[in-house]
Amino acid sequence: MECVFGLVGNDFAIVAADTSAVHSILVHKSNEDKIMILDSHKLIAASGESGDRVQFTEYVQKNVALYQFRNGIPLTTAAAANFTRGELATALRKNPYFVNILLAGYDKETGPSLFYIDYIATLHKVDKGAFGYGSYFSLAMMDRHYKSGMTVEEAIDLVDKCIMEIRSRLVVAPPNFVIKIVDKDGAREYAWRESVKDAAVPSA
Amino acid sequence: MSIFEYNGSALVSMVGKNCLAIASDRRLGVQLQTIATDFQRISKIHDRVFLGLSGLATDAQTLYQRLVFRHKLYQLREERDMKPETFANLVSALLYEKRFGPYFCQPVIAGLGDEDKPFICTMDSIGAKELAKDFVVAGTASESLYGACESMFKEDMEPEELFEMVSQALLSSVDRDCLSGWGGHVYVVTPTEVEERILKGRMD
Repeated sequence: MECVFGLVGNDFAIVAADTSAVHSILVHKSNEDKIMILDSHKLIAASGESGDRVQFTEYVQKNVALYQFRNGIPLTTAAAANFTRGELATALRKNPYFVNILLAGYDKETGPSLFYIDYIATLHKVDKGAFGYGSYFSLAMMDRHYKSGMTVEEAIDLVDKCIMEIRSRLVVAPPNFVIKIVDKDGAREYAWRESVKDAAVPSA
Repeated sequence: MSIFEYNGSALVSMVGKNCLAIASDRRLGVQLQTIATDFQRISKIHDRVFLGLSGLATDAQTLYQRLVFRHKLYQLREERDMKPETFANLVSALLYEKRFGPYFCQPVIAGLGDEDKPFICTMDSIGAKELAKDFVVAGTASESLYGACESMFKEDMEPEELFEMVSQALLSSVDRDCLSGWGGHVYVVTPTEVEERILKGRMD
């Protein structure tokens, strides 16, 4: 089952997601990137129905870009989170998206922030959050070791602890994870944690 | 599990001598898992009207946004704030509009009306108002709250005593309900000021 989790450090926010694309008992691929770079300083880590996940996150990404084109300034993380919640809430009673989202961002004025948005459009600003079966392990691990104002090294150490816990205790544990970070220098990929590498695809 | 018990909540409001108190718990959960322990259920509509929304958090957030919108329009047109009785009618109307596809929320409205007379009411998810002279309760812990309030309530309490009463009633009731708790938020509203306090109870 899909594992997504994230936390806020002293001037950055970090999110990690598993990278398996699964249908029933079949693993289609183990290097599916579920953390989308929304704009220069925002990350959206999504889990849930794969079609909805890609469709909805791309929709949010394009609308965030449109706002910037129209208004000349980027949206704040809180505004982007509220927009995302609004779209999920409007669709909820018509054609719901089954996507759970952790939206991480960095704003110059307010610093790093992490927003928990579940598939029924419940929005809450959090210091640490997680979705999926992996959340039972990662939230517990973060509750134990998290403190506010962690450095990148401490945060990565905690993320690795969570990944270890998921790998050892979850029955259908995903083998690979991707970690992305957002800070004053922008949103970027930080690392992969792979224990199973996909066979190289021969180029055409 | 009922949709009203998905997130977990507890709300209580009590009338005192020219004052009132409205209190809520702080837990935001997804069934058995706790997501956050600092969730705000009570919002200020204006200095003399407070709205608490129990039930499904996403609908509480949507309903809150719609009500603030309607109240701001009212302020622009009427050039004054809404009376609590009027606001309660507005909430009731908005809820009944969705009679056959309702918002899964139980609101509690508390405010000081004309001549600083305290007004409290609650309603069900389709807008059936329940006015009371002493106290109203809502949420997953409502049965415990009814018992606690009924035994502890006295007429014409001063603000300090009212605060104590409401806090004890809230904390003892949420301790018997696994879906609500993690502290409390208490607002004591008097004609001159509003005091907001955070309670620390059993943090489980």
